[in-house]
Amino acid sequence: MKFLVPGPNGTVPAYAYTGGKPFDPALPCVVFIHGALHDHSVWTLLARWCAHHGHSALAVDLPGHGRSAGPVLDSVQDLTDWLLALLAAAGVNQAGQATLVGHSMGALIGLEAAARAPDLVGRLVMIGAAYPMKVSTALLATAASAPLAAIDMVNAFSIGTLAAKPGYPGPGMWLHGSNRALMRRVLAGPNGTGCTVNLFHHDFSVCDAYAGGLEAAALVRCPVTMVLGTMDQMTPPRAARDIAAALKARIVTLPSGHSLLAEVPDGVLAALRDALL
Amino acid sequence: MPGYSDPGFDTLALHAGATPDPATGARATPIHLTTSFVFQSSEHAASLFNMERSGHVYSRISNPTTAVLEERIAALEGGTGAIATASGQAALHLAIATLAGAGQHIVASSALYGGSHNLLDYTLRRFGISTTFVQPGDIDGWRAAIQPDTRLLFGETLGNPGLDVLDIPSISAIAHEARLPLLVDSTFTPPWLYKPFDHGADLIFHSATKFLSGHGTVVGGLLVDSGAFDWDASGRFPELSEGYDGFHGMVFSEESTVGAFLLRARREGLRDFGACMSPHTAWLVLQGIETLPLRMARHVDNTRKVVAMLAAHPMVSRVGYPELESHPNHALAKQLLPKGCGAVFSFDLKGSRAQGVAFIEALKIFSHLANVGDCRSLVIHPASTTHFRMDDAALSRAGIGPGTIRLSIGLEDADDLIDDLKRALKVAEKTPASTGSAGGKPA
Repeated sequence: MKFLVPGPNGTVPAYAYTGGKPFDPALPCVVFIHGALHDHSVWTLLARWCAHHGHSALAVDLPGHGRSAGPVLDSVQDLTDWLLALLAAAGVNQAGQATLVGHSMGALIGLEAAARAPDLVGRLVMIGAAYPMKVSTALLATAASAPLAAIDMVNAFSIGTLAAKPGYPGPGMWLHGSNRALMRRVLAGPNGTGCTVNLFHHDFSVCDAYAGGLEAAALVRCPVTMVLGTMDQMTPPRAARDIAAALKARIVTLPSGHSLLAEVPDGVLAALRDALL
Repeated sequence: MPGYSDPGFDTLALHAGATPDPATGARATPIHLTTSFVFQSSEHAASLFNMERSGHVYSRISNPTTAVLEERIAALEGGTGAIATASGQAALHLAIATLAGAGQHIVASSALYGGSHNLLDYTLRRFGISTTFVQPGDIDGWRAAIQPDTRLLFGETLGNPGLDVLDIPSISAIAHEARLPLLVDSTFTPPWLYKPFDHGADLIFHSATKFLSGHGTVVGGLLVDSGAFDWDASGRFPELSEGYDGFHGMVFSEESTVGAFLLRARREGLRDFGACMSPHTAWLVLQGIETLPLRMARHVDNTRKVVAMLAAHPMVSRVGYPELESHPNHALAKQLLPKGCGAVFSFDLKGSRAQGVAFIEALKIFSHLANVGDCRSLVIHPASTTHFRMDDAALSRAGIGPGTIRLSIGLEDADDLIDDLKRALKVAEKTPASTGSAGGKPA
């Protein structure tokens, strides 16, 4: 579904997947926010479940990612402005109506949004998250100079298994190959038209630069769930300890690497269902 | 396991898609010979049918054993996923049926396995899908053959049986300029030898019957997607970019940015045409793939020795192996296939048809049958078997002479294979050329 999102660059079209049902702004809304070099398609199983179980679903493509037009936005704060403007454009404006669910970089955006709009956000779920979300200098350098090589590095580093069952989004899908192909596609820019920036380096820089996590946590009033992978080497559980404490978060650990949505989709769904209770 | 790059090919051949069975601890992949899978609850059932959860429902659509094979071939080819089918022919049909319908068109290489040629030139025409055949090396011909209703370009990585090397970089560029995908049959070049996705192909299929299973025991196919083709941007594939009433109005390219083709193929073609692979077959193909790197190295090593012997033999007028400088695609083979050009090739015997028959019947280790890619060495006469429905003109376009003999080199001792061939050539030489020339010329 397309939305027109007002912002400092004018009104820009944005895309959000609605879970296979028409979007209903009157329902409690679960908002899914993807991570670096991903798009809405990492959320489709969860979004479909929500859309068919009493919620509306918005799995957004962040600006310059997937089906959403650019320009890309350069900070977690700017991306949060955009997300809140999108929710307003979608008619999600009731107190506690929005549950924000973010993965990795998307979790930082969710955190910032929950702090900035505490009346709107009823729940926050942070998946594969840590704070600070520092990125190694070597990886940032590789992302800048050789993004395809950096994709292969991150792909191998962020997946905890050679056999994710039952497969995402269905059996027979090879997790490593799917993630690599998705990152390459997103890197190529919306509709393959070519992106004006190196989106990989951009997204990792956004994660690396975010410094407002603890201040944001102090402003969050809603219940928070953190879903962490025991084998996660990108955002290891120990790196989430301080932010989890600041948020008084309920912590769910699953046997997974950083790609929890694809590695353990049923476990993430169970955690989300508990969070929505 | 995670590091700074994916595991190597040999490791993936053994481990990709498989883990010790969580229920029993079985280390080898179990054979899940069951038609269906018990739902945890009515809500669980509904969520599986509605694609709110991933999982297995019915073994025509997916099965845990078959899924291991699908993940493994996808890992080895560098794809996003795969679908296992009842045969290589079923994989080809599934690819075409997912992308094309009545009134639409395919551009295909003329150097194809006879069964593929038959499907395209006869059977699919009955269903309204037409094909224009072009010589695989005629690059301008590929471009010129594309029509407004074309939906697919298709060729074999090594054309059967002349081993024409498909110029995938050039042909995929032509396909992509026209916003079309390139499908390749990589049966002769399993991924240990060659990875067509690295050169621009969008879809790959294998007859898993051949080198992947490797033992001549099962019939099966595998269809793999690179995930690189942008079906939305193409604008030619509403089957993937618009809602499908046959499955919840689903827009497959919206559901999965890089898995749309496989989702539609599984939820329409596999569901409705039903040409699925048996879990037992999948297990046997997995057993084969686990030793694929070892076997392919030996296949190629033996082939090179046999080719060298035949190329120097006075009874042989031509050996069609692209590693030989005499092969018209030698330079392209050096560029695309540095690890070898497989273990199937043809050669032409000097002499008559009767001498050709005498040659085949004198062989003791080579088996005369209609298959390739077995661990045992095989021999066949294409004009009277695999390509028998083609007339002489079509045979000629496919690079086949009436006296052409095709070999599939197995894993026996190379010296024994060479002795067998030399002895049979000697028998052929001593056989009276009484019933005319095998090819109308020194074949």
